[in-house]
Formats: sequence, structure tokens, C-alpha cells
Amino acid sequence: MPAQSIWTLLSWGPDGWLDDIAYGALITVALALATLPIGLTIGFFIALAKQSEESSLRLAANIYTTVFRGLPELVTLFLFFFGMPILLQHLVRYFRPDATIDVNSFVAGMIVLALIFSSYASEVFLSAFRAIPKGQYEGGYAIGLSNWLTMRKVIVPQLLRIAFPGLENCWLSLLKDTSLVSVVGLAETLRNASIAARVTKHAFLFFGVASLVFLGLAVLSSFATGAILRSLGRWEAQR
Amino acid sequence: MSATATMVERPPPQARGWPRRRIAGYALVCLWILFGAGIVSYLVIAWNADFFAKYAPAYLRGLGVTLALVSISMVLGAMLSVPVAYGRMSSNRILSGLAYCYVYFFRGTPLLVQTYLVYYGLGSFRVELQSVGLWDFFKDAFNCGVFAFSLNTAAYQAEILRGAIESVPRGQWEGAASLGLHKLQTLRKIILPQALIVALRPYGNELILMVKASAIVAIITVYDLMGNAKLAFANSFDIQAYIWVALVYLVMVEILRHGVEWIERRITVHLKR
Repeated sequence: MPAQSIWTLLSWGPDGWLDDIAYGALITVALALATLPIGLTIGFFIALAKQSEESSLRLAANIYTTVFRGLPELVTLFLFFFGMPILLQHLVRYFRPDATIDVNSFVAGMIVLALIFSSYASEVFLSAFRAIPKGQYEGGYAIGLSNWLTMRKVIVPQLLRIAFPGLENCWLSLLKDTSLVSVVGLAETLRNASIAARVTKHAFLFFGVASLVFLGLAVLSSFATGAILRSLGRWEAQR
Repeated sequence: MSATATMVERPPPQARGWPRRRIAGYALVCLWILFGAGIVSYLVIAWNADFFAKYAPAYLRGLGVTLALVSISMVLGAMLSVPVAYGRMSSNRILSGLAYCYVYFFRGTPLLVQTYLVYYGLGSFRVELQSVGLWDFFKDAFNCGVFAFSLNTAAYQAEILRGAIESVPRGQWEGAASLGLHKLQTLRKIILPQALIVALRPYGNELILMVKASAIVAIITVYDLMGNAKLAFANSFDIQAYIWVALVYLVMVEILRHGVEWIERRITVHLKR
């Protein structure tokens, strides 16, 4: 192999690897963005259950967070990625004996990351719930709003504002956790970088580039969250 | 003080009958019970004495490797975090900038990438490392894991330390200075005892995060707990390999979590009213 300069390796096109890594970065962002709404929704409902008066609901929600915060992300991922096809296969065999099932690594990653993200986000939501005084609910009921409307019009807008910094942290760790899905074969940033590293034998270069990609995404999201926070503030000031 | 004491809020009385949320709660708890029973019955049905005899010692060895990895990196990280925290709090622009970059890099990139960067990446500098005699150290995957983990946790621990020290009010420093204590004495006798109470919970969380994160060294061929599970699964295609390891991690994390809570209760007795 002729010695290639670093700039050829990092160029766009068939000789370089920049396009592969950029494509991987796209997958990373797509995975994180696809996980976010699912994780936020589950996390919100878990937090609701945790501050409910009903002790059985609290118990169920606490088991959920204990399990998914206690298990290493990698173990959860492997359990799901290898265990789910076996389980589904057993179920499907009752109907179609010859069926085989493969779990898509993007979908498996999305589900596992959503489970983990939601258990962390639920703690953030829970402490935000506790920061909202009871009078806010009572005020909502007093002017005749229903349970649902009080939640939507009175509580959630304040909740989001309070929970935002915590959720930002959850988002950042979600972004970092997506790199684990490379282990089960999703062609995201880290996996493409390690393929490039193996082929070209420039491991430090390509893993360095991968870490810069993640760093860039972190910087980008801190700009984005800053902008969201500012617009939230403006929106609140207008009312 | 007495006004707040009389306004103790009692929990609302439990609703009677079967409101919707109680049905939902019971259904979810039943689901968890079914899930747990399913796993237990699977482990009973799939009980395989050969599997157990073959892999249980390996798991124990793996547990030892995991614990060694975590404890060594935590201690090395704690030592490294002191200068980093000092740099972060320093008024010297260059020093604080350097420390900030260090912390930002290690907190902003995935630990897996950092581990790869050390294990595979340093292989690019093999000749240079050999010339200074460090290659033998970085040849071993375990050492690479310890190296990457120490650097990573040092960044997090530096932030914990800084936050805890800054949480102690300035008046404490000034009071100590007016008593004629010098800086180091103040730090050791006045500031740290107060700061460490604040820092205990974050340190506990960091320890738990490290235990959980240590599973990723399995990917760089270290035979820790997870590494042995991977090996057992690759040999047997038996999913119980991962179920057992999940249980071990869960128990380990729960013990740590409750241990930290217990210590926190013990050392904050004087703050309770």
C-alpha cells in the first residue's frame, strides 16, 4: 500500500473516509433524535406514576428505574439484541413454524436507549414535579380546568422550564450512549471510524476524528439548547 | 421554626375502591411479577449443571477483574482529579483553560471512544512507545482500560471536587484566615470536611457509573464479568449467560447505592433537626 497522506485519508470520496464518517455521524444523530421523543414520553409517565398517591403505581415505576438504571447499558443492549429474537421466535413459532426473526440494530438500539434515557429523565421530571407548588394545581382546578387541562396548560409549561437543564444532561449522555450500539453492528460514527482504522492502520487518527465528531455534536447541542432556553424565556416574558 | 413544625403535611388519605390509577398500578405490578417469574422459571427450566460448572468460576474471576479495574481507576482518578480541580479553580487563565479543555474532552466524548483511542489508537505510536519502554504497559488490554477509565473518571471527579469545594461559603475561608490558619490547614480542617459531605452522593454516583461503564472493557478483549459472559454466550448460544451477568451487575449496583445512602445517613446525623 502506498503511503497516503493524512489529507487523502480524510478526503471526501472513494480514497478518503470523511464521507463514511459523516454518514455515520448522521446515523448517530438520527438514532439519538429518534430515541428522544419515545424516551421523553416514557420518562414523563414514569415520573407521573412515581408521584402518584397510588402505591402500586409508585412501586411499578420504581422497579422500572431500578432495573434500567442499575443495569450497564451494554448488558441491556446485549440482552435485548440477543434475547428478543429468541423470545419473539418462540412466540411466532406458534403461528408460523418456519419464521425466523432478526432484530434490526437501529431499532434495538433505539428501544434500549429509550429505556435507559427514560429512567434517567423520569428522575429529572420527578424533581421538577416536586418543585411546582401545590397551589398551581389548586389554582387550575379552582378556575374550572379539568385534570388534563390543568396538566397541559398550567403544569407542563412550568415543568419543561424547570426540567430543561436536567434533560439537557440526559440528552448529552444519550448522545454518548449511541456509540455503544456500534457494538451490535450499527454503522454509526464509531463503527465507521473503526472500519477505517482497521483498513488504513491509522487507528489514532480515525478514533481521534470520531471523538471530535462527538465533541462537535456536544458543542452543537449546547448551542441549540441555549437557543431553546432563550426562546423559552422570551416566550414566557411575552405572556 | 415552630410555625413550620406545626404545618406538617400529612399524606392524602388513600382513595377507596378501584379508581383507574389503582387498576393501572396493579396491572403494571402484575406485569413486573410475571416478567420476574418468567425470568426465574426460564433460569430453572434452562438450568444446566454443565453450564454452571463450566462458567461460574469464570464469572467469579471476571467479577474480580471488574472490581480491580473499577477500584484502581477510581483511586488513580481521584489522585489525578486534584490537580485538575485545582486548575479549574485557579485564576491563571492558561491553567484554568487547560483544565477546562481536559474536562470538556473527557465528559464530551463517549468512554467507548476514549477506550478505543487508548487501546487501538496508541498502537499507531508503537515505535515511539517502545523507545521509551511504555509499550509493554499499553500492550495489555487491562492496562489500557485502567488508563482510559482513570483519565475519564478524573474529569468527572474533578468537577465533583470543584463543585463541593465551591459549595462551602466564602466566609468559612475568611473565618479560618482570621484565626491565622494558612491555606492548606484551612482546606484540610475546615473546607474539606464540609465539602466531602456534599461530594459523597456525587462520588457514589460516579462509582456506580464506573461499575456500569466497566462492562465496555469486554469489547477490548478484557475478560471482566461482561467479557466472560460474552465468551460464555459465544460458546453456548445460551441467553442465560447474559441474564446471570445482568443479575450480578444489578445486585452490585444496588448494594453500592444502598451503601452510599447508609453512609450519607450516618455522616449527616449532626445536620438533622
